[in-house]
Amino acid sequence: MGIPYYPGCTLSTKAKNYDRSGRAVAAALGLELEELAEWQCCGATFPLVLDDSMALIAPTRILYQAQQAGERVATLCAICFNVLRRSQALLKRDPEMLERINWFTEQEYRGDMHVVHFLEILRDDLGWEALAERVVRPLTGLRVAPYYGCLLLRPYDEIGLDDPEDPSILHDLVRALGAEPVDFPYSIECCGSYLTVKDPQVSETLSKDIVTSARGCGAQAIITACPLCQFNLDYPQRETEAGRAGNEIPVLYFTQLMAVALGLPEEDWGMEEHYVDPRLLFNEQ
Amino acid sequence: MRIQISIDKVRGPFVTRVEEISGQNLLACNQCGKCSAGCPVVAAMDILPSQVIRMAQLGMEEVLESNTIWICASCLTCVTRCPKGVDLPRLMEALRQTSLRKGVTELDLKALPLELVREVPQLAIVGGYRKYMR
Amino acid sequence: MIGAGISGMQAALDIADSGYEVILVEKEPSIGGHMAQLSETFPTLDCSQCILTPRTVEVGQHPNIRLLTLSEVVDVEGEVGNFRVKILRHPRYVIEEKCTACDDCAKVCPMVVPNKFDRGLAARRAIYIPHPQAVPAVYTLDPDACMGLFPLACGKCAEACEADAIDYDMRPEIVEVEVGAIIVATGYELYQDEAVQAYTYMDHPDVMDGLEFERLLSASGPTGGKIIRPSDRTVPKEVVFIQCAGSRNPEHGVPYCSKICCMYTAKHAILYRHRIPDGQVYVFYIDIRAGGKGYEEFVTRAMEEDRTVYIRGRVSKVFSQDGKVMVWGVDTLTGSKVEIAADMVVVVAAIVPSEGSRRVAEMLGISVDEFGFYTASDAEMTPVEGGVPGVFLAGADLGPQDIPETVAQASGAAAKVLAMFQAAQVEMPEPEEIP
Repeated sequence: MGIPYYPGCTLSTKAKNYDRSGRAVAAALGLELEELAEWQCCGATFPLVLDDSMALIAPTRILYQAQQAGERVATLCAICFNVLRRSQALLKRDPEMLERINWFTEQEYRGDMHVVHFLEILRDDLGWEALAERVVRPLTGLRVAPYYGCLLLRPYDEIGLDDPEDPSILHDLVRALGAEPVDFPYSIECCGSYLTVKDPQVSETLSKDIVTSARGCGAQAIITACPLCQFNLDYPQRETEAGRAGNEIPVLYFTQLMAVALGLPEEDWGMEEHYVDPRLLFNEQ
Repeated sequence: MRIQISIDKVRGPFVTRVEEISGQNLLACNQCGKCSAGCPVVAAMDILPSQVIRMAQLGMEEVLESNTIWICASCLTCVTRCPKGVDLPRLMEALRQTSLRKGVTELDLKALPLELVREVPQLAIVGGYRKYMR
Repeated sequence: MIGAGISGMQAALDIADSGYEVILVEKEPSIGGHMAQLSETFPTLDCSQCILTPRTVEVGQHPNIRLLTLSEVVDVEGEVGNFRVKILRHPRYVIEEKCTACDDCAKVCPMVVPNKFDRGLAARRAIYIPHPQAVPAVYTLDPDACMGLFPLACGKCAEACEADAIDYDMRPEIVEVEVGAIIVATGYELYQDEAVQAYTYMDHPDVMDGLEFERLLSASGPTGGKIIRPSDRTVPKEVVFIQCAGSRNPEHGVPYCSKICCMYTAKHAILYRHRIPDGQVYVFYIDIRAGGKGYEEFVTRAMEEDRTVYIRGRVSKVFSQDGKVMVWGVDTLTGSKVEIAADMVVVVAAIVPSEGSRRVAEMLGISVDEFGFYTASDAEMTPVEGGVPGVFLAGADLGPQDIPETVAQASGAAAKVLAMFQAAQVEMPEPEEIP
């Protein structure tokens, strides 16, 4: 039986490659991800004001839908992960809110689901050593900068996935795949997130700082766990009318890196539509 | 700039409402500025995040006219580091919501390049709608 | 007298000078506490060693003071007038009476470890003296740094010692004494918790705390008083001090103010400028706490005469880039985020009680607060009384404080003891022979 899996809207469309590589590596490791029978968009933001119960309806419905499948639900998208994990935490500490939403939706969510990110399953269920043993194409010599972004780590008291100031989960993953993690000071700095649709020049500036910092520390690639981070870091490096700057660095999902290292076929890598083509890194080897 | 401070402002409906929907005690902030020091988008803001909470403390409703509350990306770096545990992201959201509920709209997809709108992951548009529109 | 920092020594001298016997117990191999590590003291800028050494020498030679260094109190029984104290003497492996401090042993020792007295900026051998003015002026063999004692792996130091002072067969010893009163002055340490250091990048060689900077300033320190970057030994032209690092931080550190940091940072700024006149100091602060006599004027001097730029705002992030230490702070007064590419950063860390304070408190039956500082029986009216009859408190183990306060408290505690001893109803035990 597979692990109940919530892909979210973006992984089902614009970021299909994240979903595809994720499912492929999960299957290869015996951790099959089984998509929920029924689900809808999580809303992409966790309500930060205390009087907005409407915004909790979608996440609660997802948790209810996941409840039908088991005790836990896994995600790949860091934003969905953040919304669901925080919503679950809120419903747990506010049983009155849970009751109200159940009444409104006419669905009985018990309130005890475990929301996990696939990285946690790799770290805690499988273990890095076990992952390293399954690597058929060690990425020796590849310098990869782990970019954590924001919502995978913060707020620490509700997310608790890793140290918010000095995280290591992606570093450990990179090492397990035989590659070399590159520490860089912008690895937990925001990419700009939704500002891309409001003030794109602000998120472009952030993106440039992050990418420049990673490159400056010797990275050959950046990995991430969020489709918006991936877009925000990749898109500004695209080829424009003026051509390219010449110092581009590919931005991949961590699952894509895993797909290469685990020896999966190229169609599972999902690297056809990046703005900076990551395949150049691997076809050389 | 000159302002009037009185009990009607520092304990008035604006302060009360903002504290209510953010769940924060505004006076817990001692203006150390660490939030501003670590904010990734501060360069685009007209006033510092710490100045936003300062204006709120003094009941200055004109804080709703700053662009700071809209540039805030809710990255949560500030609250992660705040020595007093003040949840500034919740305060920013409370101020945004106060404006949005009055009918303000801050998102205009038509003003963006078509190519960007076509290519951007839709969670950005969903999120954008929810944060910047009502 | 538990603890031989400045407060312990002051109290011991006051009592010993009045004709009573003092047993002074110190867990380090030599006395003087943190004050021995300082270069100059505020607000006078007196040379710390110059005002301290007369006292350490006096303590070492005083006929009424039995000095037990490398020792710890492990058990206390009894009551005022009649305490029975067990003192654990750790083996020095060096016979104090025979050692001439000639350094022949250290010269041949193959084991090198960081020197705690120099806060890790310099190294020492397994057999060592913490600093040249140490009292007692004898060497100590650190069994953890030594190649091996049981069985003996090396033996070079004993070979080299012409005074025949090295004895590998020394063992821990328990000494029991009877005393009429106890004074506790176990002092402080700087906050080293990971939670604070995670973002302040403390493993970087050019990022250090205040005591490390003191060792750089000290003429008898690892650089002979030259301020240089530990990473590449160049002179730092722009130095950033981050005040309140860990202090006033209920979420990630301690909630209280560490009281002395504003003053010693101003001192550091002044001394830095004296050594490096074309250098620049920036101090990130939230408030300036300078409430003592001449203190405000001292800080003003740092600002106006030594042109220290004080920036009001905390620092959020410190990281390394192109050989510089990048500091992201804020100037709340102009409303700007601030970035400084510094050559060196001093993290002005919070003051916490010395390690082991809770254990000592438990042994004596005195209270500690949630941070481990001892609590006096009445904070306002009896600040040096421990709440247990016959037990008195002094020094920074009560809370962060400066040298004048510490010395005053020590004399206060000593006065209480002397008053008690003078009173007829207290029976004095016979002076004991200390082995």
